[in-house]
Amino acid sequence: MNKIDLQLTAYGFFVMEKSTESTDLSERPTGEARAATLRDSLGVGFAVGLSGFAFGVTAVSGGLSVAQACVLSLLVFTGASQFALVGALAGGGNPYTAAAGAFFLGVRNCFYGLRLSSVLSPSRRTRPLVAHWVIDETTAVTLAQPNAPLARLGFAVSGTTLFVCWNLTTLLGALGAGSIGDPDAWGLDAASPAVFLALLAPMLRSTAERATAVLAVLLGLACLPLLPTGVPVLVAALAAPLVLLFAGRRGRDTVAEPTDVGGSEEGRVP
Amino acid sequence: MTTWIAIGLTAVGCYLAKLLGLLVPPGPMERPLVRRLAALLPVALLAALTALQTLDGGDGAVVVDARLAGLTAAGAALLLRAPFLLVVGSAVLVTAGFRALGG
Repeated sequence: MNKIDLQLTAYGFFVMEKSTESTDLSERPTGEARAATLRDSLGVGFAVGLSGFAFGVTAVSGGLSVAQACVLSLLVFTGASQFALVGALAGGGNPYTAAAGAFFLGVRNCFYGLRLSSVLSPSRRTRPLVAHWVIDETTAVTLAQPNAPLARLGFAVSGTTLFVCWNLTTLLGALGAGSIGDPDAWGLDAASPAVFLALLAPMLRSTAERATAVLAVLLGLACLPLLPTGVPVLVAALAAPLVLLFAGRRGRDTVAEPTDVGGSEEGRVP
Repeated sequence: MTTWIAIGLTAVGCYLAKLLGLLVPPGPMERPLVRRLAALLPVALLAALTALQTLDGGDGAVVVDARLAGLTAAGAALLLRAPFLLVVGSAVLVTAGFRALGG
């Protein structure tokens, strides 16, 4: 269970979740299992941490200072929200709608926390620190581990590696942005939508997800000429409740709805 | 200054969302409807962000330019199960290539 797809599978852990259900607390991880966990954690940490470079360049070429780019990576530390905020500000959006879009993207981390708290069982004192590292990648690594001690190790190592790499590469990208001239000539304005697409792709599993994506695109583009920068994205978020409402009316047979019994996610597995 | 306000709000909001997940008992948050909504919300936001940042002409108009070629390349890379950095890299390279050719 230690082989993790290095792709950013934001919801990939739903598929791997089975492994944590049989968590045996008395089981002592072997050296081999620990090595596998370390290898995966470091791999995910480095691969994703490197994309901080793209963030640093995008942020500074979008009009932020080096300090602002670095503060975002240090304090926000959840990639999609950071890219969304920078994009909205670069487009001339007002700070409140820009922050709202970034916040709504960050809400998913709340649900990761729910799952992680039972596996990691952090103490009252460490909880505020643990919380900062609850993101897509650390959640995927942690929930893929076969038992609680390895899950804690995976969370700590992937979290540390990601945090260090993401912040260092943000700084390097931000410093380098000034010396490359016109960032558009280098195609760097395509980096941020490509990041969103890469995050989105593994989520498009059932009809409901695909319908939501299509509706959100249509809503966003339709609002583009009508509303100020940053607001169309918020309107597009309405696609989620709209699809749920529609699916609820049509009956359950059209949507693979997760059952709440025992937290099974069978319906989500393709 | 407005940029710092946006950064501050985002930092506080995103941190509280992370912390809340670790603090609250799972009860109400684990209801199927809430979970469905939580799963669909990022889908809607990411899809809209992808489209808008690819096609936004800056003055409220939808514009097709080199960015769309870059995003198509990224989509192809994703279908080929390329790693994350390669997906982003292909979008950047193809966009730059199109611009260099005057596209």
